[in-house]
Amino acid sequence: MFGSIFNADFIASSIRIAIPLALAGLGGVFSERSGVTNIGLEGMMLTGAFTAVAVTNFAQNPWVGVLGAILVGILLGLIHAITCITFKANQIVSGVAINLFASGITVFFSWLLFNETQIMAKYSLPIWGFPIPIKGEGYSWVRSLIVIFTHYSPLVYFTIIIIILSHFILFKTPFGLRLRSVGEYPEAADTMGVNVNKMRYIAVMTSGALAGLAGSFLSLEQAHFFVKEISGGRGFIALAAMIFGKWTPLGTAGAALLFGFGEALAIRLQSVTAVPVQFINMVPYLLAIFVLVSAVGRAVPPAADGIPYEKEIG
Amino acid sequence: MKSIKKFDYYILLEKITPLIAVILALLVGAIVILIIGEDPIFVYKTLFSNAIGNRDGWGNVLFRATPLIFTGLAVAFAFRCGLFNIGGEGQVLIGSFLATWVGFTFTDLPAFILIPLCILAAAAGGALWAAIPGLLKAKRGVHEVIVTIMMNWIASSLTFFLVLKFKAPATEAMKAAGVQQMIPHTSEIAQAARLPRLYTILKALNIDFPSYNQVNVSFFIALAAAALVYYILWKTNLGYEIRAVGYNPLAAEYGGINVAKNIVLAMVISGALAGLVGTNEVMGFKYRWRQELFTGLGFNGIAVALLGKNHPLGVVLAAILFGILNYGGAIVNIYTEGRIPRELIMVLQAVIVIFVVISDEVVKRLIRKRRKLA
Repeated sequence: MFGSIFNADFIASSIRIAIPLALAGLGGVFSERSGVTNIGLEGMMLTGAFTAVAVTNFAQNPWVGVLGAILVGILLGLIHAITCITFKANQIVSGVAINLFASGITVFFSWLLFNETQIMAKYSLPIWGFPIPIKGEGYSWVRSLIVIFTHYSPLVYFTIIIIILSHFILFKTPFGLRLRSVGEYPEAADTMGVNVNKMRYIAVMTSGALAGLAGSFLSLEQAHFFVKEISGGRGFIALAAMIFGKWTPLGTAGAALLFGFGEALAIRLQSVTAVPVQFINMVPYLLAIFVLVSAVGRAVPPAADGIPYEKEIG
Repeated sequence: MKSIKKFDYYILLEKITPLIAVILALLVGAIVILIIGEDPIFVYKTLFSNAIGNRDGWGNVLFRATPLIFTGLAVAFAFRCGLFNIGGEGQVLIGSFLATWVGFTFTDLPAFILIPLCILAAAAGGALWAAIPGLLKAKRGVHEVIVTIMMNWIASSLTFFLVLKFKAPATEAMKAAGVQQMIPHTSEIAQAARLPRLYTILKALNIDFPSYNQVNVSFFIALAAAALVYYILWKTNLGYEIRAVGYNPLAAEYGGINVAKNIVLAMVISGALAGLVGTNEVMGFKYRWRQELFTGLGFNGIAVALLGKNHPLGVVLAAILFGILNYGGAIVNIYTEGRIPRELIMVLQAVIVIFVVISDEVVKRLIRKRRKLA
């Protein structure tokens, strides 16, 4: 039983499950590090997932689909930014509204354009890697290595690059310092000549782009179709990963991988035990709650997270 | 004198921000309808004339408004304590399932016991499900937004498991045809557990009303719940404490109020309100439990609460407006042969929410500026 669960395919599928969580979680990191909470990640992911499939089918090119998902994510990020930064409205309400909007608009357009709520992706991204050897005892370790490290959708490699790049941008560049400063102490940043609102706009729109990309991975690469509510709360699990990862890119990616392990394990346990599938389906959500409870007191959010910036006049 | 007059004008403006938001959202809807090549005037005319142009329409509107009053009150109540209960979906599922279970299990009880028992079960189920995020927030400081969302998905899986476990036995007709239930559902609740439809009452009063209309006594339970929420929040010590915690938890704590206790209580009452949706969908309408009956009710409650400015009266009015949009939207969908998907209404609701929070904030700022200048 043990061997049939923990093998190369298991690690590979954990990574695959972790990718959208890590991307959306990174989105959360950018947004919240700049001082804007983004509950709307879920909706941005969902809209990204729909756009990726719709654009792929119309343009007959999955890369254009991914680009479309990113652009739609940026657009929703812009709406969130206008509501929260320019109009200083309640950030959680705005995020909830974006989620509502996404649930409606994706089904609205899938009826309108495809006349159904489940749309198959006609094209998918190429696999970047080596072909997996199927036969031969001696090849088993070669096979494992290929499965684990070099047989993935390009988006997996991009995600790993994005994680490292995000860490570098946030913690090693002046831009990252400014971005973090407007989330910790916007008054001071303002005094030093940082344009608080501009930094926050950039951060929230980056967040949208990452969530859109995460959505495209869900629909184009994981499911190969779009169905309503395909995001299934993953935007919120990504937020849990972000909190568990203490608002850092590397920590968030690690937490996402933890969720990936959990979900992959649950899926595998289902095949070897008699636990009803409904209880297996609960695992990611239970894990998220458990992770949040254990992160309390350990994870401290950016000081100005969720607080609109009021410029002192006079 | 002049400045006071101006000041009143802004206060009035603050009261009618929901109205402005609704009008703006309908304009956005009109643009969307234009873009997809339909006539917005025809669409809105069909929508409103069918929804509120006759008694049958009104009945359908109130039937659809009833669950939204419950979930709207749930969100509003928690909001008064500074909590964002977006777990309505899960609380609705658990509460309504518990009510259904009581309804088809204790079939020997007379109506005057069974109906209150079912209502109580609906409230208890919702309360229980909301108590968990409440406790985690109060004792451990875990943010309720993520936990309530996670609880929604857990509730969805749990009730799906339960509905398979308590699946209604195949009917003779189904056995003969050798088919299974397409969508799993439970057995029907006892006759004694059912709430009367409104037409039975109206018929007794000699008022003409279609017998197939689904509006039922649950609507009055919803109105009673709204009155109760008003009473609790503004006429009791508990309500005072809950609002104090919502206004400023640190000050409340300093004033000797037990913040943790009030957070848990607010979540429990909020969840109970959401659970009561079961009275409309199960006890008054389908008489059995099926997951699809409840989709989106919890989330729409958020929009209802915000549009109603978290006040019970506002919640009732906003729920009726959403009832009009939902029912009218379904009719428009039929009239246009599906060219206008009913999800347009969901989009409009989201746009309304954004406009409400923006216009609220803008007006609040205008008033503050006024005060500073005065």
